[in-house]
Amino acid sequence: MNAMTGELKFSTNHEWVRLEQDNVAVVGITDFAQGLLGDIVFVELPEVGQQVQLNDEIAVVESLKAASDIYSPISGVILEINEALSDQPEVINSSPDEQGWLYKIEYRNLDELNQLLSPDDYNDLCQSES
Amino acid sequence: MDDSINKSNSKQNNSPTNSLPIGGMFQSRHIGLSEDDKKTMLNFLGFKDMEECMQSIVPDDIYEKSSLELESPLSEEAAIARLKRLAEKNYLYKSYIGQGYYNTHTPKVIQRNILENPGWYTSYTPYQPEISQGRLEALLNYQTMISDLTGLEIANASLLDEATAAAEAMAMAKRVSKSSGDRFFIDEDCFSQTIAVVETRAKSLGIGIDIGSIKEVDLNNNYFGLLTQYPGASGDIMDLSSHISKAKQHHTIVIMIADILALMLLKSPGELGADIAVGSTQRFGTPIGFGGPHAAYMATRKDFQRSIPGRIVGVSIDQHDNIAYRLALQTREQHIRREKATSNICTAQALLAIIAGFYAIFHGSEGLRQIAAKINRLTRIFAHGLSEMNYEILNQNFFDTVSVKTNQHTQTIIDKALEHRINLRAIDSKTIGVAIDETVDLEDIELLWEIFSHKQSQEINALSEEPTTSLPESLKRNSNVLQDPVFNRYHSETEFMRYARLLCDKDIALDKAMIPLGSCTMKLTATSEMLAIGWPKFSSIHPLAPENQIQGYRQLFDELQEMLCQITGFSAFSFEPNAGSQGEYAGLLVIDAYHKNRGETGRNICLIPKSAHGTNPASAMMAGMKVISINCDNEGNIDLDDLKSKAKLHQQELSAAMITYPSTHGVFETTIREVCAIVHEHGGQVYIDGANMNAMVGICYPGEFGGDVSHLNLHKTFCIPHGGGGPGVGPIGVLKHLEPFLPNLGINQEPSSGSNNIGSISAVPWGSASVLPISWMYITMMGRQGLRAATESAILSANYIASRLKQYYKILYTGHSGLVAHECIIDLREFKQRADIEVDDVAKRLIDHGFHPPTISFPVPGTLMIEPTESESKKELDRFCDAMISIRDEITAIESGELDRLDNPLKNAPHTAEHVAANDWHHAYSRESAAYPLSYLKKQKYWPPVGRLNHMYGEKNLRTSRLPEDE
Repeated sequence: MNAMTGELKFSTNHEWVRLEQDNVAVVGITDFAQGLLGDIVFVELPEVGQQVQLNDEIAVVESLKAASDIYSPISGVILEINEALSDQPEVINSSPDEQGWLYKIEYRNLDELNQLLSPDDYNDLCQSES
Repeated sequence: MDDSINKSNSKQNNSPTNSLPIGGMFQSRHIGLSEDDKKTMLNFLGFKDMEECMQSIVPDDIYEKSSLELESPLSEEAAIARLKRLAEKNYLYKSYIGQGYYNTHTPKVIQRNILENPGWYTSYTPYQPEISQGRLEALLNYQTMISDLTGLEIANASLLDEATAAAEAMAMAKRVSKSSGDRFFIDEDCFSQTIAVVETRAKSLGIGIDIGSIKEVDLNNNYFGLLTQYPGASGDIMDLSSHISKAKQHHTIVIMIADILALMLLKSPGELGADIAVGSTQRFGTPIGFGGPHAAYMATRKDFQRSIPGRIVGVSIDQHDNIAYRLALQTREQHIRREKATSNICTAQALLAIIAGFYAIFHGSEGLRQIAAKINRLTRIFAHGLSEMNYEILNQNFFDTVSVKTNQHTQTIIDKALEHRINLRAIDSKTIGVAIDETVDLEDIELLWEIFSHKQSQEINALSEEPTTSLPESLKRNSNVLQDPVFNRYHSETEFMRYARLLCDKDIALDKAMIPLGSCTMKLTATSEMLAIGWPKFSSIHPLAPENQIQGYRQLFDELQEMLCQITGFSAFSFEPNAGSQGEYAGLLVIDAYHKNRGETGRNICLIPKSAHGTNPASAMMAGMKVISINCDNEGNIDLDDLKSKAKLHQQELSAAMITYPSTHGVFETTIREVCAIVHEHGGQVYIDGANMNAMVGICYPGEFGGDVSHLNLHKTFCIPHGGGGPGVGPIGVLKHLEPFLPNLGINQEPSSGSNNIGSISAVPWGSASVLPISWMYITMMGRQGLRAATESAILSANYIASRLKQYYKILYTGHSGLVAHECIIDLREFKQRADIEVDDVAKRLIDHGFHPPTISFPVPGTLMIEPTESESKKELDRFCDAMISIRDEITAIESGELDRLDNPLKNAPHTAEHVAANDWHHAYSRESAAYPLSYLKKQKYWPPVGRLNHMYGEKNLRTSRLPEDE
C-alpha cells in the first residue's frame, strides 16, 4: 500500500495521522480521545528537530482530571509543533482533527504507516471501547 | 492454629478489664456506638452478635491467628500521668545546636486557636475546595510568604522536611534540566542530615553524587543540578552569584537551601538566580519537637511550575465568579499520574505550614525583620565578645551561627555548658558551633561568654561597642517582603483571633460533622491524646540533644514499637518515614537491600494490582523498581491467574508485590494468604500497604498472613490528626529477616562498616517524634479489648451504611458474604444516562446537607467511597444515610421529569447563603429545598462560603499567591 496525500490513519492509542506531501505527516489526538480526557488545560510538545522512534512518549496532553501520554504512532524527525496550543490547549477539544494538531513529522518508514488503522477499523475500535 | 484462638479467647475471659465498668473507660469515649446501638445495627444486618458478624466478613484463615498481647487499658487520667512520667525522663537544656532546628516562641494565640484547635487539626487535605476555603486561604498565605521570601513565583503548600525537600528538588532538577549530565553536586557546607537523605534518594534513582566545595569545583557539563545552603551549616554566608551564572551556562539547575528567617535580611535565592529554593519553616513558630513534624517549603520559577512536587493551592473563581481557592495542577500528582508522577508525595505538612503562615501574619513584615535583626545583632555581639577573649571565629560572614576555634578545648567548654544546662555543638576537638535564635537574650549571651571564658571574671566590652556587620554587603536584602495586607493587618490579638476563627468557620472539620472519606480513616483524635504536644519536655527537645537527656523519648519509642509489633505481627519498626508515601519508599528500599545482600542483584520488578492507589507505583518508581500491573477480576479482587503467570514470568527479577489489605475496594479478599505465598514462591517479598489497617487491628495480623514489610498510617488508624493535609506519620514494620536493613541510623551518624541499612529516609531517624505520644496514648487507653472493639465498630458501621443505602444505590464491591470491610463504594454511574447526574453533583449536594463529601472516584471513577470509622454515633450514621436517601429522592425526581435535568438542586450545589438569599431566584425549585432539604438543617446549618469551583479557570489562569485585589 502506498501512502496517499490527505489520507487519514489512526493508532490504537487514539492518535490520528494525516499524510501530506514530501513524506510529511501531521499527528493529533482523535475526537474520541479528547472526549475521554475532557477539558484540556495543558499540552507538552516535542522539540523541533527531535528524532522520534515508534511509540516514543513524545507529548503529554493534560485535562482537569487526567494526564495522557502521547506515543508517537510513527518514527521520524519533528518538523513543526503547534505553538498555538500553549496558549489555547482547549482547541484540541473544539477542533481535534484540524486546529488541534500536535506536531508535523517527516517520516521514513512506510511499513509503520501500513500498521496504522483505517478510519473504519478505528471506528470499530472506538465502538468496542465505549 | 486452634491453639492460638483458644489462647486468645482465654486471655479475653481472664482480662481484668472485663470486670471494670466499661463506661468509665476511654473506649466508650472513642467509639461512637453504644452497646445498644451495636445490638440494633447487628440486628438490622441479621447477626446475633458481633462475633458472628466478624466471622462472616473476615476470612477464616486469617481471622485471629495471633493474639494481641497488650496491657490492660488505662483511664485518660492514668494514661496522662504515665505519659508525664515518660516526659520527665527528658531533660530540657537550652539549645544552641541549630543545624536546622531552632528554638522559637510559638505565639500563644496560635498555639491555642490553631495548633490545639480541632477545627484546624482534624480537617482533611482540601480536595473538596467548597468546604475547605479556610485552610486553603491559610495555605495560600503561607505560599505567598514563601514566594515573597524566596523571590520565586511558585511555592507549593509544603513538603515533609528540609532534607526530603532537598531530595525532591534533586529529582525535580533531573526532570527539568536540559543538561546532559547525570551527576549532582552538593556543597559540603550543607547540613549533614540533608546530605544523607539526598544520597539515599540519589542511589535509588541511579544519580551520581559529588560532594565538595562549590568555590573549588569545576562546574562543567557533568552536573544536571547542584545544591547549596544559605547560610551554610558552618554559619558562613557565601555570595554565589558568579557560581550560579557559571552553572547556568552548563544548564545546571541551581537549588538553594535557604534559612527562612535569614531571608528577611539576605537577598533572595530568586534574586541570586537560583532555580529552586527549599528549606524548613520550623523556626516560624513550630516547636522543635525532637525533630518534627515541621513544614519544609519549596519554591521555583514559573517555567518549572508543572514539575514541582507536592500540593499547590491556586486561586480560581466559583460558579458565581467570586474568588475561590482550590488545589491546582493535580495532574502532576501520584493519584493521577502513578509511576509518572513528579513524586510519590501525597501529604504536605499542612498544619505546620499554616502555623508558619500565621506566624508571619502575627508578626508582620516589620516584626519578622526585627526578630531577624535582633538574632543577627546578638550573634555579632556574642562573636565580638569571643574575639575579645582571643577566640577565632571561623566564619566572618554569618546570620545566626558561628563556628568558634577552641584550640583543643572543645570538650571542656561543652562540659562547662552542660553544667549550666546548655547544649552547644561540638564540631570537632578544635571547633564549636553556636546558633542563636529568637528566644535568646543578652543575659544568655553573657552566660555563654562565661562558659567560653578561661578566667574567673572577664571584662567584655562588646556590649558597649556597636558590632560590625556580619552580612556581606552584596547580599543585603533591598527588596520589600510581605507587603500584602494580610501580613500587616492582624497584629492585635483580638483581630488575629477573629481572623483565625473566620477561616476556621469556613471549613468542615471533625468538630462539625462526620468526614466519611473512604481510605482516609477520619476518626477521633481525643483531646487527651493531643495534650502532650504542648509539653515542653516533648516539644522543646533538640534532635541532636545528648542521649542522656532524651531517655523519655527513647522509652516512648520502645513502648510504641512494642505495641505496634503486637498489633501487626512484625518484629521491629522504624519511625523514620514522615508519611505513608515515605513509608512505602523506605519499605521498598528495605526489600531491595535484602535481595542485594543475598546477592540477588537482578530483582527490580514490583507487581502492583491495578486497583492500587497511585502512590504505590510512584513509590516503586522512586525506589528504582519497574512496575508491572496485576489485573483485578470483576469483583475487584486480585486476579490470581494473572498474578501467578506474571510472578512466574518474572521470577528471576521479582523483587516485591505491593498489596493493599483489605483491598482498596474495601473488601477482605479471601485469597490473601495465597497471594502472599505466590509472591514468596517466586522469590519476591510482600509489601502490605497499611492504609486500611483500621479494619485489621486485633482481628488479623499482616506480619502473620504473609506480609514481610508494611507501613502504618499513624495519622489514620492510630489517631494522629490529619491537620488539613499533614502531618502524616508512616512507620514501617518488618519481619525479623528484614530488620538489618531498616533505616535506623542516629541523626548525623555514619553507618558502621558492614552495615546493610538503607541510609536516611528523612532528616531525623525517629521522624515526627513529637506527635508519636498521640498514638501511644490511644493504644494505652484502648488496650487490647478496646482496639478490637474499635475495629469491629468500624466494620459494623460501614456495613450498616451499605445495608441502609443498598436499596437506593448500587453497592459496588462486596466480599464473599455480600458484606464490606470498613468502607463501602457506592456506584453512581447509572445516573449519568438517566438523570445527567454525576458523582460530583451528589458529592456537592452532600455539602448542602452539612457533610464533607466522601472520597470521589477512587478506586473506581464515578463512585463514592464511604468510611465512617468507629468514632461516629449511630445517630450521625443515620443522619448521613438520610442525607444520601434524600439526594436519591431528588435524583428520582430528575429521572421522572419533576425536576429539570440541568437546573436542579444537585447541579447547582452547593448553595451559598448569598445565592439562596439573593433577590433574584430563577431556579425551578424553591430556596427552601435548596438550603434545607431536610428539616434538621434549619437548626444545624453549614453554609459553604463559595459555590462550586470553576476548575478550568484556575488551571488556565494559574496563580499561587495572594494579590491585594483578592480582598
